[in-house]
Amino acid sequence: MSNNSKSDSDQISKVELADLYRSMLRIRRFEETVLGEFSRGYFFGTTHTYIGQEANAVGVLRNIAPEDIVVSNHRSHGHFLAYGGDMRALFAELMGKSTGVCGGRGGSQHLYWKNFYSNGVLGGTSPIGTGIALAEKFNQRDTVTITFLGDGALGEGVVYESLNMASLWSAPVLFVLENNHIAQTTPAELNLAGSIVNRFNAFGIDSEALDTSDVLVIQSSAVRAISEVRKKSSPQALILNTYRFGPHSKGDDTRQEKEILELRKTRDPISILAERLDPDQINPIEEEVDDEVKQAFQKAESDPIPN
Amino acid sequence: MQTVLESLNQALHTALASDERVYVLGEDILDPYGGAFKVTRGLSTAFPDRTMTTPISEAGIFGVATGMALRGLRPVVEIMFGDFITLIADQVINHAAKFRYMYNEQLSVPVVMRVPMGGRRGYGPTHSQTLEKIFLGIPGIRILAPCSLKDPGKLLLHAILHDDDPVLFIENKILYSRPVLSHEEDNDFKITTSDSQNQSDYAPAFHLSIREAPSPSLTIATYGYMVDLCRQAVLQLAYEDEIFIDLVVLTQLSPFNIEPIINSVHRTHHLLVVEEGTCTLGWGAEVLARSVENLGKEIYKAARVASLDVAIPASGPLESAVLPDIDDIIQAAKKMV
Repeated sequence: MSNNSKSDSDQISKVELADLYRSMLRIRRFEETVLGEFSRGYFFGTTHTYIGQEANAVGVLRNIAPEDIVVSNHRSHGHFLAYGGDMRALFAELMGKSTGVCGGRGGSQHLYWKNFYSNGVLGGTSPIGTGIALAEKFNQRDTVTITFLGDGALGEGVVYESLNMASLWSAPVLFVLENNHIAQTTPAELNLAGSIVNRFNAFGIDSEALDTSDVLVIQSSAVRAISEVRKKSSPQALILNTYRFGPHSKGDDTRQEKEILELRKTRDPISILAERLDPDQINPIEEEVDDEVKQAFQKAESDPIPN
Repeated sequence: MQTVLESLNQALHTALASDERVYVLGEDILDPYGGAFKVTRGLSTAFPDRTMTTPISEAGIFGVATGMALRGLRPVVEIMFGDFITLIADQVINHAAKFRYMYNEQLSVPVVMRVPMGGRRGYGPTHSQTLEKIFLGIPGIRILAPCSLKDPGKLLLHAILHDDDPVLFIENKILYSRPVLSHEEDNDFKITTSDSQNQSDYAPAFHLSIREAPSPSLTIATYGYMVDLCRQAVLQLAYEDEIFIDLVVLTQLSPFNIEPIINSVHRTHHLLVVEEGTCTLGWGAEVLARSVENLGKEIYKAARVASLDVAIPASGPLESAVLPDIDDIIQAAKKMV
């Protein structure tokens, strides 16, 4: 585990800190809006919110190359927005509108845009990410594929088939394992044996594990890991111990409120970064993001439904 | 004369030679072994960089191939025994088959999966089944079943090089050693080909009738290796019982196209459906349902010949009792006309 920040925040420009803050806040406000408006019938199906985990998506995806590929999972909104996906199109997708990312056919868990793919079956995306990485390698492209998995997906056998093949064939893929310590409502200690790190190491995949909500630390490790994958053209793993503050989907959080309040106090990536910003930087960003989310929501709401 | 196995093997060689986006993945496919049934023989020698032997990880292999297909390659996966398609069901149904539609037609998944199916080799309950019924009717995949008519390799080649969607290519194991019959060489049957009205379909349907025979009074619809058994049954019924039959052979099972069958039943009014899979809720059930929907009272009688609804035993005599054979077809036909 590495807890010490390798990046000295003094070295990072105010503009960059503000950008990181804005990126995380966009995800936070988007997700809060989705949860808040769900009961009013704006959205179809369900949602899996990323509240509390924003530093992972932003820290990992902020420095990827334009041609790099992201393979995401059911909890994809944060990944999608951090990748650069359009907020209005994401709202519209959840609302089943024709302007949605996939014209309303996919919904929350099934997004495709540019080099971003997500699917809602846990672990099922891991061989696909590996195959994508291999195809890029066979085509002599310098691309890194980033496959996001959660701790819940570690229960699926196909994940281990994929780790084996990724290592065997040197697929340039970075597995980002977001361990939020809870699979739907089941805490990890009731469904996960042994060590997550060792699961990767057993296949000869080098890994680093972090236990932090500090986006600067995550960013620094991600930059190093992505560069290693690109340089060596072989897989790596980044294990991010993290906490979600919201329910698995909506209204299915069986944890004590006290527990979540404590997490919000100690592990909120947005509060942690806020301490590094000048107080007068924060308000304009808050206003700007609130306005962006509001407008994106309203535009999506008035968008047409598909024929 | 070329066998079905040689035809398929040649198609794989041609595919790899003509398009460098083609990769072949599967278990034990490297020379000198060349695959459990030798369909992949010679590929690793001729194309070592694009013939990948894999771990025993059917779901993983198919997922990897799906990923490769998403990024512009045209992978072909061999599943050693068709029975193991149970292991790839999630990757096929919830991934490859869904992507084009759920990503709003923004991409496609050109992956071909070859699956040797069928019994009559004594391999027992888990290595003898005809399991394509599990995938029939799943939107987003094409299911092809070659037979010994015309050129099964040509069908495979077209699927690999030109079909942009996932294809499940059903190869009956007994077919491998059968000679490929060209239409011209066929002394017994007049064979005509009908193409689907759907322009994206490329797998033909065949109509077989005995040369110079009177008008048929029964339609038999079938596919795969059962075509060979039906041909023999049709000949015997004609010469011994003077029952004349129009044999309709499909090479595409899904998406389903009833047209060639109802065109025939429209004239014969009797329909017998023959398949090697288990009878209940199978392909034949759908054929009969569609035929009745289309023809109603024009159908006087309809029946099915299929496997018994039990597991396939290893013992030869028991296996024969479970799987449909020529005599089952003859007996069923005689009861109808």
